[in-house]
Amino acid sequence: MSRATLLVLADGRFPAGGHAHSGGAEAAVRAGRITDAAGLEEFCRGRLHTSGAVAASLAAAAALGVDPGELDLAADARTPSPALRVAARRLGRQLTRAARATWPHPELDALARRFPKGTHQPVVLGLTARAAGLGPLDAAYCSAYEGVSGAATAVVRLLSLDPFDATGVLARLAPEVDVVAQDAVEAGRLAVTDGVDVLPARAAPLLEIGAEAHAALPVRLFAS
Amino acid sequence: MLAHGDGRGGTVLPVLQGEGPLAVRRTRGSGAEARVMLVGAMSGPLGGDHFTVTAEAARGARLRIGSAAATLALPGQDKAGARYDVQLTVGDDAELHWLPEQLISAHDSDLHVTTRVDLAAEARLVLREEQVLGRSGEEPGRLTSRLTVRIAGRCVLDQELACGPGAPGGWDGPAGLAGHRAVGQLVVVRPEFAADPPAARTFAEGVAVMPLAGPAALVTAVAPDALLLRRLLEEASDTLG
Amino acid sequence: MHLDHHHDLPAVSADAHRPDGRRRALRIGLGGPVGSGKTATVAALCRALREELSLAVVTNDIYTREDAEFLLREAVLPPERISAVETGACPHTAIRDDISANLEAVEDLEDEVGPLDLVLVESGGDNLTATFSKGLVDAQIFVIDVAGGDDVPRKGGPGVTTADLLIVNKVDLAPYVGSDLARMAADAKAQRGELPVVLQSLRSGDGVRDVADWVRARIAEWTA
Repeated sequence: MSRATLLVLADGRFPAGGHAHSGGAEAAVRAGRITDAAGLEEFCRGRLHTSGAVAASLAAAAALGVDPGELDLAADARTPSPALRVAARRLGRQLTRAARATWPHPELDALARRFPKGTHQPVVLGLTARAAGLGPLDAAYCSAYEGVSGAATAVVRLLSLDPFDATGVLARLAPEVDVVAQDAVEAGRLAVTDGVDVLPARAAPLLEIGAEAHAALPVRLFAS
Repeated sequence: MLAHGDGRGGTVLPVLQGEGPLAVRRTRGSGAEARVMLVGAMSGPLGGDHFTVTAEAARGARLRIGSAAATLALPGQDKAGARYDVQLTVGDDAELHWLPEQLISAHDSDLHVTTRVDLAAEARLVLREEQVLGRSGEEPGRLTSRLTVRIAGRCVLDQELACGPGAPGGWDGPAGLAGHRAVGQLVVVRPEFAADPPAARTFAEGVAVMPLAGPAALVTAVAPDALLLRRLLEEASDTLG
Repeated sequence: MHLDHHHDLPAVSADAHRPDGRRRALRIGLGGPVGSGKTATVAALCRALREELSLAVVTNDIYTREDAEFLLREAVLPPERISAVETGACPHTAIRDDISANLEAVEDLEDEVGPLDLVLVESGGDNLTATFSKGLVDAQIFVIDVAGGDDVPRKGGPGVTTADLLIVNKVDLAPYVGSDLARMAADAKAQRGELPVVLQSLRSGDGVRDVADWVRARIAEWTA
């Protein structure tokens, strides 16, 4: 694997549509549940260990070659909020486009054919890692990290939070991102032999509820 | 527990058996429906306990299962965790209502719950789970609860809630429970949702009605206490008709 | 550049052909500062061209759907021909740095209401440096207005200098805001060389005629 290739995929400026999404942070800010850097940190931590861990394991499993169709169903079952399913598919479709342009690969073409309107973003991320010559741990890291970095960037915009404070939050979460990524690879390997039911299913109630409240807002800055 | 249709619009219960601390009682049903009450003969589950409930509503059955009182998870003497496994099976043209009272996670308890529901393509379900974190004014124990719903073999819902001391970080933060001490899920499965799914909606702070990727809907709610949680779930249930 | 002419694969870039091999719609971007009259110009263009061309509009609102809803209220096009992209507080990112959501919107319009001759992509109101990516549009119009200060053309910037067409809008207001139209035109000429400039007021009945003629000429080139 190439460490520089990993940086290309992990770069927040990789043009796959993530900038328009807040990872649920806008809903939490609107509801008054995030008001400062400490709130952002607890939000990101909760997200990391729930939907973040699920996404990272889906990405790792996809990178290990688990069937994308099976993973798509597993992701649906782990995403009860229809607004979040729509957002995940939209981001998946956008990542498919960016990945095909960046690392052309028959598996990505096959994915674009099978899911013309997109599959869940972590599944695409795992296949993108494969196409780029990266491994399951790389895919899990990208997924786990972008799950918190996107929210942190959004809160900087939403609350005019000091960007140094937001980056400090990400730095403090780094050891937990390490653990989540490694656990995700283990879960992904288990899914190769035992099927997708063994993937984690940890849920964050207010992320799901907040996503639906957010989708109903007439005026908002972020798509999700 | 096993229930099946009697072929004349009623429901018979050929198997109704409990042992250990859990007793099963048939109560008066209404119409075609059979009603069963789970009665805890003593407090529990305690650390080290392993409870299992298995219920099947076979073809034609209308079965409603409740519990006589809330379930209280308590610590054991040797700090061991407890397990509570529920396996529900619903056949074609059968309907199961699984509506137990709250599960209360007491201080220092450690309980792992799994609830697995397998439904046939034409089965119907109403399932309610409510978790309360600690008795009044009490710090909660550790609670992990995984709920899996399959329809015709396909998994449409797989959710695990982990909370309390020792749970992964952030469980009580702005993404998780944000200080709420009661959290609940209501799952409704109806074959007609395949063609006509309910709309996603939020009608109050802390609750959402969410159509799943299958003929099913989930209501998730958080509330300061058990009473308000029950009210939110019942209001949401009413909106599903 | 990837030339995907396979009949079943969605394109990944600004390829001039649809997956079925037919030439896709011409895409024209409209950018410019807040309040300069982008949405009003789009509305006027739709009214002027909708009888002769099959057209659709993508808006990039800062807050969700404001501009799209204006166009819907004005009924310049049927609702299925207007699509809104959410930009996460960064409209320039969505038209320049990460165009995936806009490409998706354009392609979905062609799939769902096509075939189309023209898609107008309207940027959210942004600063003078915001330009469209060549991966998203084939030509771009930059809209400024006399009330924004008559020194804007002299100051230049990528929009004023490089746009394929510069519109100086609301010329009817020039006497009231003390703007020197002759000076604006001369400064624009100095900045832009041979690139065209249109001075317009949409207050008069046929105010958008020059711009509509410019669009017709681009369509003629595109389909030649």
